[in-house]
Amino acid sequence: MTGAAGALEVTGDAAKGRAMSDTRTHAEPAVTPALAAEFGLKADEFDRIVGRLGRVPNFTELGLFSVMWSEHCSYKSSRMHLRKFPTTGPRVVHGPGENAGVVDIGEGLVAVFKMESHNHPSFIEPYQGAATGVGGILRDVFTMGARPIALMNALRFGAPSHPRTRQLVAGVVAGIGGYGNCVGVPTVGGETNFHPGYNGNILVNAMAVGVARADGIFTSAARGAGNPVVYVGAKTGRDGIHGATMASAEFEDGDEDKRPTVQVGDPFLEKLLIEACLELMATDSILAIQDMGAAGLTSSSVEMASKGGSGIELEMDHVPQREQGMSAYEMMLSESQERMLMVLRPGREDDARRIFEKWGLDAAVIGRTTDTGRIVLRHCGEVVCDLPLGPLADEAPLYDRPWTEPPVQPPFDPVVVPPPADAGLALLTLMSSPDLASRRWIWEQYDRSVMGDTVGEPGGDAAIVRLHASRRALAMTTDVTPRYVAADPREGGRQAIAEAWRNLNAVGAEPLAVTDNLNFGNPERPEIMGQIVRAIEGLAEACRALDMPVVSGNVSLYNETSGTAIPPTPAVGAIGLIEDIARTAAIGGMRPGDALVLVGETTGWMGSSLYLREILGREEGAPPPVDLEAERRNGVFVRQAVRAGRVNASHDVSDGGLGTCIAEMCLASGFGASLQLPPDIPVHLMLFGEDQARYVLAVPAERVDALVADARNAGVALIVVGSAGGADIEFDGGRLSLARLRDAHEGWMPAWMGTGSA
Amino acid sequence: MKAAVLVFPGSNCDRDAHDALARVSGRAPAMVWHRETTLPAGTDLVVVPGGFSYGDYLRSGAMAARAPVMAAVRAHAARGGLVLGICNGFQILTEAGMLPGALTRNQGLLFFNRTVTLDIVNPDLPFTAGYGARRRIAVPIAHHDGRYVADEATLDRLEGEGQVAFRYVGNPNGSMRDIAGVVSADRRVLGMMPHPERACDRDLGRTDGWPLFEGLMATA
Repeated sequence: MTGAAGALEVTGDAAKGRAMSDTRTHAEPAVTPALAAEFGLKADEFDRIVGRLGRVPNFTELGLFSVMWSEHCSYKSSRMHLRKFPTTGPRVVHGPGENAGVVDIGEGLVAVFKMESHNHPSFIEPYQGAATGVGGILRDVFTMGARPIALMNALRFGAPSHPRTRQLVAGVVAGIGGYGNCVGVPTVGGETNFHPGYNGNILVNAMAVGVARADGIFTSAARGAGNPVVYVGAKTGRDGIHGATMASAEFEDGDEDKRPTVQVGDPFLEKLLIEACLELMATDSILAIQDMGAAGLTSSSVEMASKGGSGIELEMDHVPQREQGMSAYEMMLSESQERMLMVLRPGREDDARRIFEKWGLDAAVIGRTTDTGRIVLRHCGEVVCDLPLGPLADEAPLYDRPWTEPPVQPPFDPVVVPPPADAGLALLTLMSSPDLASRRWIWEQYDRSVMGDTVGEPGGDAAIVRLHASRRALAMTTDVTPRYVAADPREGGRQAIAEAWRNLNAVGAEPLAVTDNLNFGNPERPEIMGQIVRAIEGLAEACRALDMPVVSGNVSLYNETSGTAIPPTPAVGAIGLIEDIARTAAIGGMRPGDALVLVGETTGWMGSSLYLREILGREEGAPPPVDLEAERRNGVFVRQAVRAGRVNASHDVSDGGLGTCIAEMCLASGFGASLQLPPDIPVHLMLFGEDQARYVLAVPAERVDALVADARNAGVALIVVGSAGGADIEFDGGRLSLARLRDAHEGWMPAWMGTGSA
Repeated sequence: MKAAVLVFPGSNCDRDAHDALARVSGRAPAMVWHRETTLPAGTDLVVVPGGFSYGDYLRSGAMAARAPVMAAVRAHAARGGLVLGICNGFQILTEAGMLPGALTRNQGLLFFNRTVTLDIVNPDLPFTAGYGARRRIAVPIAHHDGRYVADEATLDRLEGEGQVAFRYVGNPNGSMRDIAGVVSADRRVLGMMPHPERACDRDLGRTDGWPLFEGLMATA
């Protein structure tokens, strides 16, 4: 079969690569424990490799082990805790373990989605780091046979006053936009927050959502021997070598020098790959397919063969190469972007060639599957690697790392929070604070309407993307409140899922499933490991209680700079199903005269609130407790009310409480509101407390009585808190002009970025 | 009315244009690959769609303007056939010399996607006839290189000859004389940065692009 290698060469460049390889002049260093340590392998891990192989690996083999055993690829610190997640359910088609999660959305379709981090590269080189993060997550989705229909993100930056923050924001936003806009997949939503805890380690988590026919899903398991292994896409260069290892280590000051390990993306090439792969997938030629993401050719080939229970042999001379004299080690560890590896049915090489030629893509047969259970690499006529797959993949280390119970903030007595001199001004301050100010400056840089299916505008609870040529839609959201997780990891984990649940229900969507992106510090520190353990438990509890299984995810550890960890940030992305786009609700649908109805109970919870932080400068207190039964009850009630067409607008109550919730609805709707707040809770606690399981609905006045009756029957707490209309937001003891609020809310970010509006 | 939508590597509004035409006319357009050298027989309207043809490498639209299919589009236009270039399509038509002027980087240097208001400057074009007495429409823009530039004499001529089709209300990108779309001297070729094909969807409540295509149906 090796004679067939290269038969698919489309451009002849692979042949060039072969010639180049002959000129290589590498003197590869001797493999020692010290070298292994440089590669990120601990002494005991190296011993284990030597023991398992019965010999010292050669340089190339050590490279393969180092990336496959990196935290990034092996999840060795988190894997045993991730097992706590519920991962099955009536709608789950593929849970964790594939490139992305797959859920049944009915009518013969499935949704395919995942979220992934690109934190370290984005801190070093924000534009390319963020851009390639988007590229990678798109590949995870179309690799499975799905056409990507939407991009989302979750971004955390340092303090706005930190000297690097503006440049990082500008670069990351431009990178996300630059990639997604060019590929032509709309970026429809996300969240962006600021905290000094991210000064030295920003978070860039990107999520992609795709849709496929239920019978058109592709996986990575390369079963069977003798099938051609085809490489398609960008040529392999020396970029990103050891990127996965970098993502598995802490930052030190001066790590900006690691810039050469950040890859450069080419969204144009990605667009061609999407179209070519989807076209080839329609021909039934592909047996297995995997994108080359972190650890590039190594992880893709090892995972395909090990999942398929087969083996793999690669002719490194046939790998399309961008640079001269690359070694097998460099080719295997390169993280050049926009590359795919696939195993074809024998004899289908010509079908593939025709399609790749049409799209102008480099492709080559670089090997074949075997039945040996080994990965064998040949280069320049020599076997440069011959390893059993087991130790590389399934037998990678699994650690039960020591952990200590993370400290939990005690409850914070709201009585000690003095009422503000002017609650209207406090609302204005909150709404123009970095975490609540308008993100228009960001989302206008994203093409949100390409593909023609985006419903509404950003700024609401969940983004909504119609399923093409239908009246159904997917709703999607990304959430986590790191200050809650920092104050109480378990409760914060529960809250992240609860908020995602609310955001979906608020638009009338049935929550389906979750992808997670767990961003934490160094897991070798017991106090950090404690955060991870408890946060995962919290997430898992809420997922179970709300029937939102985790179907895909990513863990990003070692988010530390010079020994300081980021705030624990287990971001979640969730999707929901809307049966009819005419039966949804947005935050801007309020009409004058509508009653404003508050669903859920209010105690005036001040612990870890935005009010406490932004107005009083205090970051303390237990976060609001999450009552998962109330979340379920209230969420189902709101979803049904929205789906029945009983509400004009709907919004979940989260950061900043009821006051900011109503202010956002007023801004989006274009007029004010007059509030009549219950007398039993002080106004500032009523307005700014962050009790969970709450929503505000704008309801036509004549429908209020029926809704109140329904709520009573459903055991849902519901009170009327005001009515919509006028030019101000007014309440007992305060009044704020909407025009002034809009100026402050819209003005903060352009003024801070120093650009004005474009 | 027979329409054809060109597809270049990197086009990404080709499907949107297809859907808008199908929705408005009830007839799906032909999708024509960039390597074709002829258009389907009887083509009345060629749509050059938005996107990032050839990744915007070199200059936006520069490489697509030299693609094989463009010779056929030129011949079609020379016969008086209708051509509509949207966003990257507008860039391609200026690069191909089929429309005057050029599109350069937005004044604020940022890409942006927002709905803008357009004045219909010349209501007597085949592309604007469908709007009747209406003079203002709201249509999305989504571009990085949308700033229309030309020398003063050309701008004067375009304005004098009724070749300015649309003007921005509140110039978003620094386009000279607020120009959002221009037509050829014979009024059969229109290039515009805003996306009328993204505003042909009653279910999504965006319909201001509909009359543009409806008017063309009546013309052809």
